[in-house]
Amino acid sequence: MAEPLLRVHDLRTYFYTENGVARSVDGVSFEIGAGETVGLVGESGCGKSVTALSLMRLIRPPGRIEPGSEIRFDGKELVTLDEKSMRAVRGAHIAMVFQEPMTALNPVFSVGDQIAEVVRVHHGGSKREAWRRAVEMLETVGIPSPEQRAHEYPHQLSGGMRHRDHHALALVMNPALVIADEPTTALDVTIQAQILELLRELQQKFGTSILLITHDLGVVAETVSRVIVMYGGEIVEEAPVGELFARSHHPYTEGLLAAMPHVGQERDRLATIPGSVPPPTMWPNGCRFHDRCPYAWERCVAEHPPLYQIGEHHISRCHLAEEPERRAHPHEPAAAKAGA
Amino acid sequence: MNSAPRKNVARRLLAHSTGRWAVGVIVLMILAAIVGPHLMPYSGIEQLDIVRLKNSPPSWAHPFGTDQYSRDVLARVLRGARISLAISTLSVLISITIGTAYGLVAGYAGGATDAALMRLLDGFISIPRIFLLIAVLSLWNPVPLTALILLLGATGWFTVSRLVRAETLTARTQDYVQAARALGASDVRILWRHLLPNVATPVLVAATLGVANVIALETGLSYLGLGAREPTPSWGSIFLDGVDFFAGNWWVVLFPGIAIIGTVLAFNVLGDALRDVLDPRQLHGTPMTEAAPSMTESNPHG
Repeated sequence: MAEPLLRVHDLRTYFYTENGVARSVDGVSFEIGAGETVGLVGESGCGKSVTALSLMRLIRPPGRIEPGSEIRFDGKELVTLDEKSMRAVRGAHIAMVFQEPMTALNPVFSVGDQIAEVVRVHHGGSKREAWRRAVEMLETVGIPSPEQRAHEYPHQLSGGMRHRDHHALALVMNPALVIADEPTTALDVTIQAQILELLRELQQKFGTSILLITHDLGVVAETVSRVIVMYGGEIVEEAPVGELFARSHHPYTEGLLAAMPHVGQERDRLATIPGSVPPPTMWPNGCRFHDRCPYAWERCVAEHPPLYQIGEHHISRCHLAEEPERRAHPHEPAAAKAGA
Repeated sequence: MNSAPRKNVARRLLAHSTGRWAVGVIVLMILAAIVGPHLMPYSGIEQLDIVRLKNSPPSWAHPFGTDQYSRDVLARVLRGARISLAISTLSVLISITIGTAYGLVAGYAGGATDAALMRLLDGFISIPRIFLLIAVLSLWNPVPLTALILLLGATGWFTVSRLVRAETLTARTQDYVQAARALGASDVRILWRHLLPNVATPVLVAATLGVANVIALETGLSYLGLGAREPTPSWGSIFLDGVDFFAGNWWVVLFPGIAIIGTVLAFNVLGDALRDVLDPRQLHGTPMTEAAPSMTESNPHG
């Protein structure tokens, strides 16, 4: 197999805080192929965003990417790359789409200026040329009358427009990889659908790879081909999207899926996962999910599970892989007892 | 860059109920300072006729009268406008430049650098500016104008840097800074292109108020005999000349006094007006709501 576009191996990003070392990302390995869309799913605080920022090398002190971590992108090792070369990668080869485009756009520059600036940072060239490119890009992301819109300021645009602008900003250099951090979280559903459609279109047009970070499995289901589930700074399950929805293995994934409302299903209350993600300074011993898990037994407290191969492209960090009969006897998780 | 909102600001300023008066007075003062001395038949330094024209009251020939050395007071006030405005604007330019740079660096760097710079600043602030100036100027007297400007500039940036640091602290956590970094911008570029424009508004307001402050300060120093020195007329030194004979020769004090008060007031009012006008929520929206807290004090006709 050819080398994938992005190969992350044993990525560890720790924050050295006053309360101890926060192991926000703790030994994460995955790959993204050219033109592939991969979903990264998990609750708040599970390490998704820190993973994304690590890929861009945007971790600031007291945080750092631990030595030994590897991020191979397009044949280059990013972890050890010098800052100047890294700047050339950011925006041009790996770009990021943020959750809140209102705050991700600088209020004092017109949107055209902001896009043109990116072009000039990476390409040089004349102002007029950069401006033309910006207008072109606004057109590509479906902004009507882009010539005029380019002169407007972020606060003059509607929410959906701002999202399109922000995508134009991220995609203007035609990056090979786009990291989209909760790009649809704050949106109402119609705009959400438009933005996802836009991402899909752009991907088809430019062959961009996308890492879609979200806690919304619904978004994942209709967008990505492969899903990575994170919990406690680790990958706990990874599978093609259909496989994951049909045969999820890890109890955490199961919990996430159960928490999704389904059309046609009558339920008074949505299911929840008891407890919450522990702080990254004190991950539990053994399996990091054990106190919230309805199947946990002694082994889960004592022994940190490795990633077990479940199917051809399906891995799961759960001892149930070796003792599947235990799934038949769910019980009240420890966190639920303690919390109640 | 963006000329659209700038134009907008100018228009809004002229529409602002007190702001337009302030702009009017300031423009008039600047014009008077530039053109005035050329229109006058006297330089304001020469002594016209120490015997017959000493201390003569306002007349058609000398609308502001003459002083004890028979110099034309109008000519002196116009020439003083040059000196006073030059001293205040140049020194404020120096202080906002230093203050903005210091504040940006401290706010953007954060952590230990920020802490060190801020404690150093606390040290600076704890020295009262006026005493420091009096001390230095007493030892260095007469002081050249350039040195006076540098001194006023070097002692006036403390509050500006605090202001800029606070604004930078807020601005740098904004997503657009992270986004700019994610798009490959360097630290210098982020400071220059993304943070500076976002802290510019309060700096502009502070600068305007700073000019008023320095005019008053320079007047005070001249009054103490520590500012611009004879025969160079600054408003403060003209005032000082006349103050001993105030009872008899009121005109020598009154006219520079009006110039000082009018200009200081105009700059203060302009600062308030700018604050209203530059409020980003009002930049592009519908007509502003009239909010001029200082309206009562503001008839800057003088």
